[in-house]
Amino acid sequence: MNVVKSAVLALGVLALAACQNGGPFGNRGGAAGGANGANAANGGPIEESSLAYFNERIGDTIQFQVDQSTVTAQGQVVLDAQIAWLRQYPDRVILIEGHADEQGTREYNLALGARRAAAVRNYMVSQGILESRISVVSYGKERPLAVCSNEECWSRNRRAVTVVSGGMNS
Amino acid sequence: MLISRFQTIIALLLALVAAPLAAQERPVIEIDISGGVIEPMNIALASFVPETGDAGDLATNIASVITSDLTGTGLFREVPTSAHIGRVDSINATIEFADWRAINAQILVIGSVAAGASGELTVKFRLFDVVTQRPIGDGVQLAGSQAQWRRMAHKLADTIYTRLTGQGGYFDSRVVFVAESGPKDARLKRLAVMDYDGANLQFLTDSSAIVLAPRFAPNSRDVLYTSYENGAPQVFLLNVDSGQRQVLLADALNMTFAPRYAPDGLSVVMSMEQNGNTDLYTVDLASRQATRLTSDGSIETGPSYSPDGSLIAFESDRSGGQQLYIMPANGGAATRISNGEGRYATPVWSPRGDLIAFTKIMNGRFHIGVMNTDGTGERLLTESFLDEAPTWSPNGRVLMFFRETSGANGAPQIYSVDLSGRTLRMVPTAGNFASDPAWSGLLR
Repeated sequence: MNVVKSAVLALGVLALAACQNGGPFGNRGGAAGGANGANAANGGPIEESSLAYFNERIGDTIQFQVDQSTVTAQGQVVLDAQIAWLRQYPDRVILIEGHADEQGTREYNLALGARRAAAVRNYMVSQGILESRISVVSYGKERPLAVCSNEECWSRNRRAVTVVSGGMNS
Repeated sequence: MLISRFQTIIALLLALVAAPLAAQERPVIEIDISGGVIEPMNIALASFVPETGDAGDLATNIASVITSDLTGTGLFREVPTSAHIGRVDSINATIEFADWRAINAQILVIGSVAAGASGELTVKFRLFDVVTQRPIGDGVQLAGSQAQWRRMAHKLADTIYTRLTGQGGYFDSRVVFVAESGPKDARLKRLAVMDYDGANLQFLTDSSAIVLAPRFAPNSRDVLYTSYENGAPQVFLLNVDSGQRQVLLADALNMTFAPRYAPDGLSVVMSMEQNGNTDLYTVDLASRQATRLTSDGSIETGPSYSPDGSLIAFESDRSGGQQLYIMPANGGAATRISNGEGRYATPVWSPRGDLIAFTKIMNGRFHIGVMNTDGTGERLLTESFLDEAPTWSPNGRVLMFFRETSGANGAPQIYSVDLSGRTLRMVPTAGNFASDPAWSGLLR
């Protein structure tokens, strides 16, 4: 019963951190999910504790099959790397966004996005990440990453995004 | 004389005008709901007579809205004023039927409009069958205020429609929906309300939070919807008149969505998600107590009450894909009613109780369709890249839904279609993209 509460909390932390640092933070936060890349140089060295490292080197996103919420083998590789990073930086908290493609009805897709976000959370918890560090939100089909109307875009939109916040070096 | 229940806004006064012969017993036109081809009836509205000096524009505008309402049904075709031979100078004039027969009018409407100095408005009309040269029902007089002229026109059109078809009307009604703007990957969404024909559009929220799928209360003044205002989707209540809004369950920490009022307006059925699993709950509006109705590990959403409140239709993927089910309103065993190919979603019970409208996804295409409440008699009314979310007209004869075009510039608009599937029209929304329409009942 603490899903929304922690989501709100996480967003609060995010806003606070942004204020304190006076700079961009959590560029994929909340409703703006999937915004342009972090301030990392192309291919250049990135501080391992940074969001840019998490988002781009590890990958903040995993994809799902049509109408499925099972984490694929490929997705699990990404999640394992995310989990390793989260173990290394235990002050970070995450918001997992579940998304669906446009080939479904709005309310069902909200439920499907919630299933996908929960699948990621449950996997992370099973690997020892504290539940208190994780909140979830479903965006259904409201926030596509790719806007074309074919499988190339739809596959990118059937996703769960791990949005990191908290910590000091952001 | 009959004073209506329409509060003090409009008093519907029947038979003030000279009451001629008795109303005819059979409808003049049968509404076809099975898809057969019917020829629209020719209807002529003689220019409405201004009874006061400054009522000319109102007379023209009121006649124009009535014409638009009636021709918009697809059942009537306007005989344009430019073709008229006959002139009507008074609401009590003797009709020269030959003049109207000569231009192939089958139905004639005559009317008059009086505008009072303090904003009052009085509209009268009489309806005639040109072929039999007889009045259809008694004359009607409506009294209201000039600010309400569109509603008065819709009420007159509803009366004409009812006399000609034997069916309840639907023109004096509103639609609450989601107005959209901005690019597809960062869409801004606002709740808005408008007359059923797109007039008088008003925004109800700003675009700071995503809002989804509003539904009218039976009183047509309160609205339930889902908003990301608090970070994650939660059900909100909003009063259209005051703009005041509040979260439905202040302590709910889970995602809540897909709310619909019970027919008595006293409770809500909606979806609540818990650890990735979505089930249906009812919430009593007075106590805000939630009661769980389903407990499957599958997704249960898209609920819709039967008009008598005894049953709930909903969608579930318990069988593997989205299908439609019906269960008692307090939960219990559910019966699957959809059996065709593809996936079925968003069941919506007709206000007449006879049909369930739905969204169907098949071979990558979306349809709006209807079926009997036992799942038989399925008929698809539309097809496109994305047609979704049907909502019924107050008389259960027309559906609105939204149609979204494909591609990077794809965007939604609201459409209406009648049960024959032939009269498909885009509903104007003042230039906004528009989705998730919900039709009110007839206004009071």
